[in-house]
Amino acid sequence: MTAVMLLAGVTKTYPGSPPVHALVSVNLSISAGDRIAVLGPSGSGKTTLLHVLGTLERPTTGAVWIGGHEVSGLTDAELSAVRAYRLGFVFQNFYLLDHLDAVSNVALGLLYWGGSHRDRASAAIDALQRVGLGHRLAHTPGQLSGGEKQRVAIARALAARPSVLLADEPTGNLDSATGAEIVTLLAQLADDGTAIVVVTHDGGIAAAMDRQVLMRDGRVISDVRTGQRAGLQGSP
Amino acid sequence: MIAGAGVRNATEQVAGRKSRFRLADAVRTATVGLRSRALRAALSALGVAVGIAAAVAVLGISASSKSNLLAQLGAEGNLLTVSAGQDFTGGPAPLPLTAEGMIGRIPPVESVTATGYLPNATVRRTAAVPTINTGGISVLAVQPNLLATLGGSVARGTFLNRATSHAQAVVLGAVAAQTLGISRVPVGTLVYLDGQYFSVVGILRPVPLAPEIDEAALVGFPVANQLLGLGGHPTELYLRAAPDQVTAVNQVLPFTANPAQPEAVQVSRPSDVLAARAAAKNAFTGLFLGLGAVVVLVGGLGIANIMVISVLERRTEVGLRRALGATRRQVGVQFLAESLVLSLLGGLAGVGLGALATVVYAMTATQTPVVPLSAVAAGLAVALSVGLLAGAYPASRAARLAPADALRAS
Repeated sequence: MTAVMLLAGVTKTYPGSPPVHALVSVNLSISAGDRIAVLGPSGSGKTTLLHVLGTLERPTTGAVWIGGHEVSGLTDAELSAVRAYRLGFVFQNFYLLDHLDAVSNVALGLLYWGGSHRDRASAAIDALQRVGLGHRLAHTPGQLSGGEKQRVAIARALAARPSVLLADEPTGNLDSATGAEIVTLLAQLADDGTAIVVVTHDGGIAAAMDRQVLMRDGRVISDVRTGQRAGLQGSP
Repeated sequence: MIAGAGVRNATEQVAGRKSRFRLADAVRTATVGLRSRALRAALSALGVAVGIAAAVAVLGISASSKSNLLAQLGAEGNLLTVSAGQDFTGGPAPLPLTAEGMIGRIPPVESVTATGYLPNATVRRTAAVPTINTGGISVLAVQPNLLATLGGSVARGTFLNRATSHAQAVVLGAVAAQTLGISRVPVGTLVYLDGQYFSVVGILRPVPLAPEIDEAALVGFPVANQLLGLGGHPTELYLRAAPDQVTAVNQVLPFTANPAQPEAVQVSRPSDVLAARAAAKNAFTGLFLGLGAVVVLVGGLGIANIMVISVLERRTEVGLRRALGATRRQVGVQFLAESLVLSLLGGLAGVGLGALATVVYAMTATQTPVVPLSAVAAGLAVALSVGLLAGAYPASRAARLAPADALRAS
């Protein structure tokens, strides 16, 4: 199975005194349909890993490959195109724009992807229906519950049909029942081949994924497949 | 992958397409951003609106007055006046009886008319009004062709003709009629003029080029000579010269009017006086334009200030948009477009307000309102440049935000 994303010897160091080694020699391979939980204590480098995977930050050393191509040589515009077409993001705080309704918030995920205003709106409605919010199209974030907001954010991330979905503590602001629904939704979405990487503290989420990457002090200290897919894919 | 393949080629394989953001998207994004902070946006655009309104109103009012003035001047300002001055002893030097005829023979002179001032004559409503209450009305002897030369017209009744010039008939200037309280001229309307009753046969409309006519009671030369002791000498001549010959005529007038004492003749061009008055108004135009420019500048600083604050407040939005695939440039364009929309709305409101002020002013001054297209275009151009300048720095700040830092800001 070919990797949709590959990190090889990635180090991220923030200058300062002393310098902060957020990532140290990280190797990670992500295949289509992977459901990965990244676990670890605060400050272990989980979010930095997600930002490097999302091309929001460039590694200090090492290589990031997306679709078989190394991204360090790409310009800002080219990296932006990678994010627009290949990657989807879900955040703990949802980051919905308060003055836009659900459809417009989801359509924002397609704004930099192209297509006419009307096409983007109809793709946004499709995405909202996929996450079960077909009845909340015209609601603004203020009129939605926390779980519904996160569903809108997931719809926004998926609208452009990315190959990798990156989620940073997606259930961190939700109660456990709602969080479980969101996890179930994310797990379902990977069935069409979208790889999912979830950064979390929550053991429940980790158990719902089929691969657990444990981090400490910027290093990957274990990378285990436990899910039903483990047998199908073999060892990394 | 082939080694050495272009980066762009690689990106196309990676991404399929380039990150896109159309002009319509930029404008839509900008208006959404502003609508979410409508009050703040309106207040920050107000400065630009007020400044541009002031400038457009000043230019509009000035243009309206100018077009009104040109209408007043009638032809190309070819009216000249010749008046009796003083001789070298300081005594009055009346114009010779021949002056009018001589001037009429100068080829470029199209028409000429004489008036004679009667310094001792007064006009009152009746004999019962004390002599001292003259109301500042002077008595002038005039010729029937006065109105044709001055471009004046009659508001009520008729002007003097050859017949009524011999009779005890008087025509009142606009101001004189108002002073005497006469607004209509039914048969039998009389005024007491230098000891005798004269019939009022007409009232004139104001004559902008010769305000002295407005304040005068006009009688014919024959009756002035017979009853009022004028002696036939004109004191002032009005003439129209061919428009391209005005300067040449101007030079020969003193010698022609009074060959014996050319230095005792005063020649003037009333349109110069009006033009000077208009120029004095223009001095204020410059001042107000300067003030308008200062207000626009301050308004622009207000917009820049609001945009800088907006970028700081919306760091996470910037981070989000970068994560969704916006390039640095697209983020910059978004904030620049917000600034431009803001200042352009201010500019449009300002042009509207300025035009409205011009119309209101012109209507109260009974002028035809003129809003120069150049003022409108300049107002909008200034608004656009202010928006561009005010938005440039905040936009570049927003564009330079590192996406990961912007997302961590919350």
